[in-house]
Amino acid sequence: MSYFVHSDENRKEMLKTIGIGSIEELFDCIPENICNPEIELDKPLDEKSLKEELCVIGGKNKMIKNFFSFIGGGAYNHYIPGAVKSILGISQFYTSYTPYQAEISQGTLQYMFEFQSLICRITGMDISNASMYDGASSLAEAILMAGKINGNKKVLLSAAVNPQYREVCRTYCSGQNIDIKEVGYKNGKTDINLIRDEMDEMAGSVIIIIQNPNFFGCFEDVYELHDILKKYPECFFIAVINPMSIGLIKRPSDYGADIVVGEGQVFGNALSFGGPYLGFFATKKDYLRQIPGRIVGQTVDTDGNKTFVLTFQNREQHIRKYKATSNICTNHSLNALAATVYLSIIGENGLRHISNICLQRAHYFAEKIKPLDKFQLKFNSGFFNEFVLSSRLNIRDVIDRFYKNKILPGIYLGDNYPELRDCILVSITEMNSIESINKYTEVLKSF
Amino acid sequence: MEKYIKFTKTYEYIITDGNAGIVGISREACDKLGDIYLIELPELGKEVKKNDEVGVIESVKSAFDIFTPVSGKIIEINRLLGEKPELVSEDPMGKGWIFKIDMIDKTELNDLMDYEEFKKFINEAG
Amino acid sequence: MKTIFQKSKKGSNNFKIEETGINEFDLSELIPSELLREYEIGIPELSENEVVRHFTNLSVKNYGVDNGIYPLGSCTMKYNPKINEEISNFNCFADIHPFQREEDIQGCLHVIFGLGEMLKKIVGLDAVTLQPSAGAHGELCGLLTVKKYFDEKKEKRNIAIIPDSAHGTNFASASMAGFEVIEIKSDRDTGTIDVGLLENIINKEFDKIAIIMITNPNTLGIFEKDILKISEIIHKNKSLLYYDGANLNAIIGKVRPGDMGFDIVHLNLHKTFSTPHGGGGPGSGPIIVKKELKEFLPVPVVEKNANRYFLNYNLKNSIGRMKSFYGNFSVILKAYCYLLSIGNNLKIIAEDAVLNSNYLKYKLKDFFDIPYKKNSMHEFVISAKNYKQTGATALNIAKRLIDYGIHPPTVYFPSVVDEAIMIEPTETENIDRLDYLVDVLKKILNEAKNNPDILKTAPVEKDIKRVNELKALKEPILKQ
Repeated sequence: MSYFVHSDENRKEMLKTIGIGSIEELFDCIPENICNPEIELDKPLDEKSLKEELCVIGGKNKMIKNFFSFIGGGAYNHYIPGAVKSILGISQFYTSYTPYQAEISQGTLQYMFEFQSLICRITGMDISNASMYDGASSLAEAILMAGKINGNKKVLLSAAVNPQYREVCRTYCSGQNIDIKEVGYKNGKTDINLIRDEMDEMAGSVIIIIQNPNFFGCFEDVYELHDILKKYPECFFIAVINPMSIGLIKRPSDYGADIVVGEGQVFGNALSFGGPYLGFFATKKDYLRQIPGRIVGQTVDTDGNKTFVLTFQNREQHIRKYKATSNICTNHSLNALAATVYLSIIGENGLRHISNICLQRAHYFAEKIKPLDKFQLKFNSGFFNEFVLSSRLNIRDVIDRFYKNKILPGIYLGDNYPELRDCILVSITEMNSIESINKYTEVLKSF
Repeated sequence: MEKYIKFTKTYEYIITDGNAGIVGISREACDKLGDIYLIELPELGKEVKKNDEVGVIESVKSAFDIFTPVSGKIIEINRLLGEKPELVSEDPMGKGWIFKIDMIDKTELNDLMDYEEFKKFINEAG
Repeated sequence: MKTIFQKSKKGSNNFKIEETGINEFDLSELIPSELLREYEIGIPELSENEVVRHFTNLSVKNYGVDNGIYPLGSCTMKYNPKINEEISNFNCFADIHPFQREEDIQGCLHVIFGLGEMLKKIVGLDAVTLQPSAGAHGELCGLLTVKKYFDEKKEKRNIAIIPDSAHGTNFASASMAGFEVIEIKSDRDTGTIDVGLLENIINKEFDKIAIIMITNPNTLGIFEKDILKISEIIHKNKSLLYYDGANLNAIIGKVRPGDMGFDIVHLNLHKTFSTPHGGGGPGSGPIIVKKELKEFLPVPVVEKNANRYFLNYNLKNSIGRMKSFYGNFSVILKAYCYLLSIGNNLKIIAEDAVLNSNYLKYKLKDFFDIPYKKNSMHEFVISAKNYKQTGATALNIAKRLIDYGIHPPTVYFPSVVDEAIMIEPTETENIDRLDYLVDVLKKILNEAKNNPDILKTAPVEKDIKRVNELKALKEPILKQ
C-alpha cells in the first residue's frame, strides 16, 4: 500500500495542464549534485504483509496481562472501559486538525472545554489549559511560568518527586539560568524542616515543588507546608499530583497550590510503552495570561448560539513568537479526549471507588508483608497505592525469582536513589487481583 | 497639526506640546490590530529610554508592543483605557491616547518621521 | 449542544467495577485526616449510552481528513492509514509498561530503532532521538543540544538567526532555550533568505552566532535555492545549520537535509509521516543530528548490539531528558508502519505533493495574486489583497469555503504576505478534489462581486455562524 492516488495518465494530464514536460522540472531548484540520492529502503509492504510483519515484531514483546504486574512509578495499569476506545476511534475526532476554525471544530472545542472543566474540578484551580505532553514536561513549564511571574530563579525541588520529572526540569531550566536545589526526604516524605530552613534563608522568593502522593507513594505533609508558605507571599507552590488519588484525598487548591500539574495517563490512556500520555496544567485565574498551551473559551456566535473557541491565543507562539508563554503548539488533545470520556463513564462515584480499590488492596498487601522476616516496608508514612519494599537479601536475586514466577514485582530504586539500593517500588491498582497479591506474598515467604 | 506630530517605525505617534509629548499608536497600527480588548498601560512615573518597551496592546488576533519614541519620565497614563480599550481604535490620536511623557532630550524627535515619511515607510514595508 | 455537566443527573451513572474483595480498612486509618476528602468534586453522572451519544454527537460537528480535502499550508494533512490505527491498538503494543525489562520489550525497541534508522537514511545524518513529543518539542531539544555543544567547546555563542517568515515555534523555542534571536528579513522579490543580509549579520556578530534555523522549502513553499551557499557561510563561521522539517513533504526522497549541509533536523511525524493530528495532538518530533552532536542528545537512545536492542543511557554530555520515558510510542509505531508501506517509493510522496500544488497554483494564478511563484513546491501562498474591498478577505474566503464543505487553508500566515491564504493539498488528493477546490474558490470570488454580504457573514449553512472572539476575551468563560 503506498496511498498514492494518481495513475501515470493522471500525472501526464496534470503536467500537460501546467505546461511542463516532466515532474523532474518541478525539482530543478534543487542543486543537481544532491538531487535524487540513493536512499536504501526495502520494497513497500502491502497491507496484509505489513500486518503480518508487525505481528511478528509485536510477538517479541511480553504483555503486562501475561504477568501479575506491580509496576507503576508514573505510568499505571488501570482498566480502560470499552467506550473510551470506541469513541477514540471516531475519525472526525482523530483525523481532524487543531480547532482554529471554530465553525467546523465544535466537537473538538467542546470536549476540550469539558476536559479543562474536569481538570479544574479535580485540582480545585480556576483555569486549566487543553493539555500538554506529559506530567514531567508540564512541571518543567510550570517552573518557567512561575519564574516569569515574579522573577524567581530559585527552585526547591523535593527529592521525592518522580526522578524523571526532576531530570526534565533540569533540562528545561538549563536554558534559563534557573537554580534548582533538591530537598531531601525522611521516612518517605519530604523533610519539611529542611524547607522551613531554606525558606528562612532565601526569604521566600522561591518556587517550591512537592508531589502528593510522592514517587514513593507517600502522602506529603502538605498542610504543614502550607502553613510555612503563608509567611512568604512571593513564593510559588507547584503541586504535582496523581489525579486518581483525588478520588479520596483533598485537592491541591485546599493546601495553597499556585499551579497544579500531573500525569493524566491514569484516566483512560493505555500504557503504550510510555506514550503518548497526558500532561495537565491548572492554575489561579490571576495567571491567565501567563499560562502555556491552548485554551478553549465559551462565547456566542452572531446568532447568539453558545459556541466554543480557542481563546487568549496571543499568549501563544504563533502570535507572540519569542515572547510567547511557551513554544508549545501541538498538544495531546486526543489523550485529553480519552480522559474526558473515561471520567464521564466512571462518574463521581466511580472515581472514588476505583481510588479506594487501589488504596485498600495496597494496604492489604502491606499488612501481609509486616510479619515477614526478610522483607519490610521501608517507610511507615501513610501511602496511597504504592509503597517501597526493602529486603536484607540481594534485591536483584529477589526480582529474578519473581520473574520466574511470572510476577513483575516492582521498580528497582537503586539507580535513582543509591540509598535505596535494597528496595523496589511496588504499585497496586484495581488490575491487581487479591489472588495476585497473595501469590506475591507466597513468593516472598519462599525466601 | 501634522508638523507637531511625529511617527515611529514601530507605528507609535507622539504629539509634542512644550516639553511634554502625548504618545499613542497610529491609525495604521489599529488597522493591523483589529478588535482591541486589553491594554497593559505603562508604569506611571517610570523613567524610560527611547525605544524601551513600555506596554502591550492585545487584540483578538495579535499583540502589539508599545515602544516609547523618546526618553523621559512617564507623567500621565490614560486610565480610561482600562475600562474601554476600544477607545484606542475608535480615536487613536484623540481620546485613545496612551501616555504622556516629559521629554529629556527633544533632539530625539529629529530621528522620527513626519506623516508623509511615515506613509512612505508603511508602503515600502508592506 | 449541552455540555456533559449540563446533562449530568445524580444517580444515572451505571458503571460497575468489582469490589475491593477484602475487609476494608477505615479511611481515617490510612489517610491523614486533614487530607481526607468529604466534598464532591463534580464529575458528571450519566449512563454509558448517554455518554457515548454525547461524544458521538460532538464528533459530527467536526471535519476530519476522512471527510474531505484539508488544504492547510504547513500542516500536511494527508490521509491517515487505517491499518496503522489497527496495529497501534494491538495489545502486544498497547499493553506494554515502559518500565518492563529490556528482554520483554524487544518488539517496541525494534520499532523505535527501526524508525530511527529509516529517518537517518531519509535525512542523511548520523544519530537520532525519538523522545520529543512534537515539532516544537523537537526544536527545543535540538536547540538545547546546540547550546550544550557550544558550552562544551567553551564558545559563548548565544544568538539564533531566524527568518521573519518562520513558524512561531522557532522563535519561542529559541527563547526557551536561552538564545537571543536575530530575525532576518526575507528577500522581497523571491521570499527567500537574502544571502547578502545574512553575510552582514554574520560579519557583525560572528562568534556570537550559534545557529540559523531554516525551513526548506520555506513557509511560503519556496525552495531556498541558495542553501549550499548559506551552508558554506554558516559553517565557515563555525555556526550550525538547523532544519525545521515541517515542510519535508516537498522534498522527501528527492534530497536529504544532511546533503544540503544541515547539522541538526527535526521532523514532524504527524505531518510528513501520516500519523493523525488528533484534533491538535499527539504528534512526535524526532531530531536527527550529525555525529558530533550525538553525545548531547537526550537519554535514553535506542541502540542495537548483535540482535538485541537496548536503551543506552550513557551519552557523555546528554542534555538530560525532554519528557518521561522514550517518546510517543504509538505515534512512532504508526510512522514506522507508514514507512514500511511506502518503502522505496519514497520520492513519489514529494513528486505527487509538488505536482498537486503546482497544478492548483496554475489553475488559480489568473484569479489571485501569487506573490512568490518561483521554485514553489508542495504549498503556495495566494493573496486576497486585491479583493479586500469587495469583502473577500482571506478570513471571509476561508469561512465561505466551510459552506462548500472544504476545510479552509491556513490564513494570515506567513505574515510577510498581506491577506495570505496558504494552500497545501498533499499527495493524497486526486484531480477531482483539486478541481473542486479551484471551482469553489472561483465561485466565492464571484459571490464577492455579486453578493458580498454572504462572504462577510459566512459560514451561513452551518449550525454555528461567525464566532464572537472578542467576547470570549472580554468575558472569559474557560470552564464550567
